[in-house]
Amino acid sequence: MDSSRRKFLKIAGISAVAGIGAPSALNMLMKNEVRASSEGGGHGAQTDAHGGEGAHGAAPAPAGKRYGMVIDAVKFHDNNGLAEKCIEACHSYFNVPDFGNKKDEIKWLWQMPFANTFPGDESHYKKDDRTHSMQFMVLCNHCDNPPCVRACPTKATFKNADGIVMMDFHRCIGCRFCMAACPYGARSFNWRDPRGSKDGVPFIKKINHEFPTRMRGVVEKCSFCDLRVKRGLQPLCVEATAGTGAMVFGDLNDPNSEVSQVLRARFTIQRKPSLGTMPSVFYII
Amino acid sequence: MLEKSLKGNLGYWAWVLFLLGIIGVGVICYIVQYNYGLGATGMSRDVTWGIYISQFTFLVGVAAGGLMLVLPYYLHHYKDFARITILGEFMAIAAVAMCMLFIMADLGQPMRALNVVLHPTPNSMLFYDMIVLSGYLFLNVVCGWVVLHSEYQGIKYPSWVKPFIYISIPWAVSIHTVTAYLYCGLPGRHFWLTAILAPRFLASAFAAGPCLLMVIALIMKRTTKFDIGRVAQDKLVTIIGYAALLNFFFLGCEIFVAYYSQIPGHMHTLDYLYFGLADHATGEVYNNLVPFMRASVIMGFAGIGLIFVSRYLKSDPLLALSCILIFVSFWIDKGLGLVLGGFVPNGLEQITEYVPTFVEIGITAGIWATGFFIITVLYKIAISVKLENERTA
Repeated sequence: MDSSRRKFLKIAGISAVAGIGAPSALNMLMKNEVRASSEGGGHGAQTDAHGGEGAHGAAPAPAGKRYGMVIDAVKFHDNNGLAEKCIEACHSYFNVPDFGNKKDEIKWLWQMPFANTFPGDESHYKKDDRTHSMQFMVLCNHCDNPPCVRACPTKATFKNADGIVMMDFHRCIGCRFCMAACPYGARSFNWRDPRGSKDGVPFIKKINHEFPTRMRGVVEKCSFCDLRVKRGLQPLCVEATAGTGAMVFGDLNDPNSEVSQVLRARFTIQRKPSLGTMPSVFYII
Repeated sequence: MLEKSLKGNLGYWAWVLFLLGIIGVGVICYIVQYNYGLGATGMSRDVTWGIYISQFTFLVGVAAGGLMLVLPYYLHHYKDFARITILGEFMAIAAVAMCMLFIMADLGQPMRALNVVLHPTPNSMLFYDMIVLSGYLFLNVVCGWVVLHSEYQGIKYPSWVKPFIYISIPWAVSIHTVTAYLYCGLPGRHFWLTAILAPRFLASAFAAGPCLLMVIALIMKRTTKFDIGRVAQDKLVTIIGYAALLNFFFLGCEIFVAYYSQIPGHMHTLDYLYFGLADHATGEVYNNLVPFMRASVIMGFAGIGLIFVSRYLKSDPLLALSCILIFVSFWIDKGLGLVLGGFVPNGLEQITEYVPTFVEIGITAGIWATGFFIITVLYKIAISVKLENERTA
């Protein structure tokens, strides 16, 4: 092999290796808070409220806000049509399409029976009729330790400082790793163009221009109405339950917030707490 | 050296045309999928990865399996593998190329694929997968090509390539380990959440990769003058046999843990794959993968038994058959069951079954054909060089 080609191969080889490694190395140097972004404040208030219950005891002191929600399943059970009202408020505002089939389905907020909402928490013998006839509102848990954020290869899904797990529809490459990572099935994928229509019926009945429609090939999910929350408003589903107290939303880090008070006063459960994801959605059953 | 691929007999050109035809079908199917979206596949909200990602997973194994052909020669100076080392490297190139194509085919927004590089995210296993796969491709292209080119010129390969050869050995292990980590680090997917996933991946890879190579080598033995030699063949039988047995040992460990512990989450997917799983609300039994998974076990054990018999009888047809059995067995196990099974039941304990669409199968066939096209061209070059050298030597 002549020397010039040999030289070229050497340089090409070295630069290729450098080219692969450099962006990550640079990124690590420039922003060492990659992990930090997915850690944040933690359910610090919970620790305080429950008098330091071991597992969360070592978490850093709560700083800033941490939004969470309590869902009173009994109130939903007793108020016929309330759940549907919440779901409609959410899906119509956020332009969630309806394709009319299960395969392409997109949903941010929906209902599930006990056994599906809390798999593994079901006793084999003790089956009270009420719990098993009840439906539970399920949505993104906005976990403290979100596996979807860990899995996403582009930071298209990330955790805000206030604990809300967000989606960047413009960065998402549609690899669906987050969907495999989410233990709650909270995420949906745009298998086809949500802006389209079938037999003249558009998938999005009436487009709300306050929120963008999505394009095909990206993942979406509940956003805890982050933009409303920033403006001091309640999430749409919570607003739809106004007066019933079926949903309480607020800052878990603020011991005086309504949500913190409810959590102190009532026995609540989370979905799959054993996985260590630390969901921010709590249920009264 | 590339010109070697342009000279061939009628059979060679017929094979190349056949592959190009399938690639053409794949391209057409991909255009359909690109225009419609991934809804053109059988994937759904519950089964979010289908045969693309499962083929990817299996083929990472085939690529890593090349290690078993490279390591004995370069690390242990096992001279009888001198003729097949290059075949292992070139097979790895084709397999990694297929892996990358399957990933691209699976992306909802393929035009944004570079976001993985533009927004590197070291907490995502996919980020590391991108690094190890492209690195492995690079290493095999450099090592394979430089070594063969030196042989073409009748000189020993330059010493600067040696570090790359040595790096490529642990690198092969890394690609399949990282690929296993894509799955086994996800909370709430009990079937994947097992520490022996990476070892099991490697065991099946070290059998499936050499199996594919053996079948190709036996075909070449009949159609060309290229013979890898009885000694290398027999050694490969040992490697394939032990690796395949190890895979079934690991599978047995999984089955023991699930069924002895009786933890429902650990049993569900195995139930679904091997026996059928009943929906606890409706009682309906779902079992569309059961025939495949049972066939996989039977074919695997039959293949392991026959491969040793074939060595004893010195029978090439039997050897080819047993390699095909093991390869298909592991393709079903990893290329179907492992990925698809992980989504049953879903996070909400619901069962959704997955059936690939014609478009999806067309794209999959097209990518496999692309891989075989790369293998064909590279092997054509490799054996032409080797045969020419032997003639002049």
